[in-house]
Amino acid sequence: MFIRSTAALAAVFLLSAAPLSQAADKPTDPQIAHIAYTAGVLDVEAAKQALKKSKNKEVVDFAKDMVRDHEAVNKQALDLVKKLKVTPEDNPTSKALTKAAAEERAKLAKFKGAAFDKAYVASEVAYHKQVNGALETLLIPSASNAELKSLLETGLKIFQGHEQHAEHVAGMLK
Amino acid sequence: MVSRRHLWVALALTMGAAPAKAETIEVTIDKLVFSPAKIEAKVGDTIKWVNKDVFAHTATVDGGWEVMIPPKKAASLTVKKAVSVDYFCRFHPNMKGHLTVTSP
Ligand SMILES: [Cu+2]
Repeated sequence: MFIRSTAALAAVFLLSAAPLSQAADKPTDPQIAHIAYTAGVLDVEAAKQALKKSKNKEVVDFAKDMVRDHEAVNKQALDLVKKLKVTPEDNPTSKALTKAAAEERAKLAKFKGAAFDKAYVASEVAYHKQVNGALETLLIPSASNAELKSLLETGLKIFQGHEQHAEHVAGMLK
Repeated sequence: MVSRRHLWVALALTMGAAPAKAETIEVTIDKLVFSPAKIEAKVGDTIKWVNKDVFAHTATVDGGWEVMIPPKKAASLTVKKAVSVDYFCRFHPNMKGHLTVTSP
């Protein structure tokens, strides 16, 4: 399951790389803003599912942290795009991320209790790892606006922190 | 003459009082970084974390104390004993700091 979702996400970035590279070799700022914003929204949605399903205090606290942090980053992102007069632009990477996240939620919906907790936290570790990879290798190097780049760098630190936090929670569930 | 003598007395009092006076040591949190990352304090001093981020952070010692630092706010801790500890943010464990407290 773990391997499958990682492979699916890897496919996401491979698939999306093709149309983007035809356009300009790298995503544009409006596309980058859209991808980063979408990545945050999807993690909030995953957290809301966990808040409905989990009874484990560590998992519930973790999910609340995800909602709080990603909503805070995304509010900054919205303020920034408004200031820069950039309209976030939907793109194949955002679409693929959204589709993969919907599939993951559908899969997690079938789990209950401790099995759900484990699957959700494992999925969070994998998801944050994937987004970190995309931020480091594609989104940050491609961003041309300095303020957008700086916000993405803060976003990377937040995502890296969440990955470690998720790994810590995973360790406690064993 | 008289005023000069008074000045010396005042200075002597200030200098005498100085070592006992507790200080406040400020640590700024900006973009998920504690700075300075390493701080030194004396027993009785106060550590004040000033959070410039829109995110909540903590200063947590594993198996020890924890200070919650809300977004855009500050939180303080008065150190009561000599210790040398690593601390981190529980929400973002990639944020790390070190605190050394010595006896006055
Ligand atoms: Cu933090």
